Amino acid sequence: MSDAIIAESTMISGHGGETIEAYSARPLEPGNQIGGVVVIHHMPGYDEGTKEIARKFAVHGYNAVVPNLYWREAPGASPDDAAAAARAKGGVPDDRLVGDVAGAAEYLKGLPTANGKVATIGYCSGGRQSFLAAVSLPLDAAVDCYGAFVVGTPPEGMPLKVGPIVDKTPDLSCPLLGLFGADDQHPSPDQVAELEAALKAAGKTYEFHSYEGAGHAFFSVNRPAYRPEAATDGWQKIFAFFGKYLS
Amino acid sequence: MCTYLTEKVAISGSAKGASGWFRVTEGSVYFDHPVHAPYGHTLNIDFLAPEQGPSARVAIELNAESARALMKAIEAVLESAPPGLE
Repeated sequence: MSDAIIAESTMISGHGGETIEAYSARPLEPGNQIGGVVVIHHMPGYDEGTKEIARKFAVHGYNAVVPNLYWREAPGASPDDAAAAARAKGGVPDDRLVGDVAGAAEYLKGLPTANGKVATIGYCSGGRQSFLAAVSLPLDAAVDCYGAFVVGTPPEGMPLKVGPIVDKTPDLSCPLLGLFGADDQHPSPDQVAELEAALKAAGKTYEFHSYEGAGHAFFSVNRPAYRPEAATDGWQKIFAFFGKYLS
Repeated sequence: MCTYLTEKVAISGSAKGASGWFRVTEGSVYFDHPVHAPYGHTLNIDFLAPEQGPSARVAIELNAESARALMKAIEAVLESAPPGLE
C-alpha cells in the first residue's frame, strides 16, 4: 500500500441536481475498498483549514470530499469573500445543506475505491449540519464537533435561518460521535446534556466527549481557541470511531 | 459560536480593494469569527458593492476594544469638522 494521495477541486451534483464545487482528497492506491467522509466546512467557509482536514482523512485511508456550501452565492470567489456573501444572507438553508451532503455522499459512493460506507463530520455550524445530515440521510456514522443550535434557539434578532433540531433525534440513521469543549457556551454543557438525553431516550448509539479547558473551535489550529491536548485526543477518537463504523 | 449577528447599512463612498478603488453602496457590520485576526470573535465591517459580486469587498476585523475606540474617533472627528462641509 502506497501512502500517496491525490487532492483536487472537482464539481459534484448538489441539492436540486445543481452542480457545485467540491474538494476531493483520496488515497491513490489504498489496496482495498475504503470508506468515505463528507467534511462539512465551518462558517468561515471552504477554506485552507478545511481542505487540510480532507487531506488528513485521505492520509488516514479514507476518501474525503468537502462540498463548497457557498458556491451558489459566490462561485469562484475567495473563501472569505464567499463566506461574507453567504452570512449576509443568513447562512445555508437546511434543505439545501441536506441536498448538498447527499450529493457529496453519492460522489463518494461512486468512487472506484469506495466500500459503500459514508460518514459526515462538521465543525462549528458544520457540527449542527453533520447532525442534520445524519437525521435526514442514510449514513454509516456522523461526527458533530461543537455544533450550536442542535439544541436551543438562536437569540432574538439573530438573522440565522436555523432552529433547534434535537426533536429529530429519533430519525438519526447512524452512530454519532460528539466532541465538545466544556467551556463552550454554544453549545453549552447543558445543551450537550439535553442532546445526550434525547439520544439515550431514542435508544441511539452515541459517544460524547467534553474537554475541560477547551471552548468552541478547539480543533482550529490557526485560531487562539486551539487546544492541542483536546484536539489530539479528539482526532484519536474520530479515527477510532471511523475505524469501527466505516470499515 | 457562529453568531451571524449582522447590521446592514446603506452607504455612499469609495473603498480601495485588491483591484483598486471602487464605489461602495452597502456596509455589513457583524460580530463573529474573524478570518485572519488573532481573536475568537471580532467586530467585522465589510464595505461592499453587491452589484459587482462577492469579491468587491473591503474587510476589516477589529477586537471589541479597537472597534469602540474607532467609533469614538469617528464621532469626534465628525463633531469637530467645520460646519457646512458635510
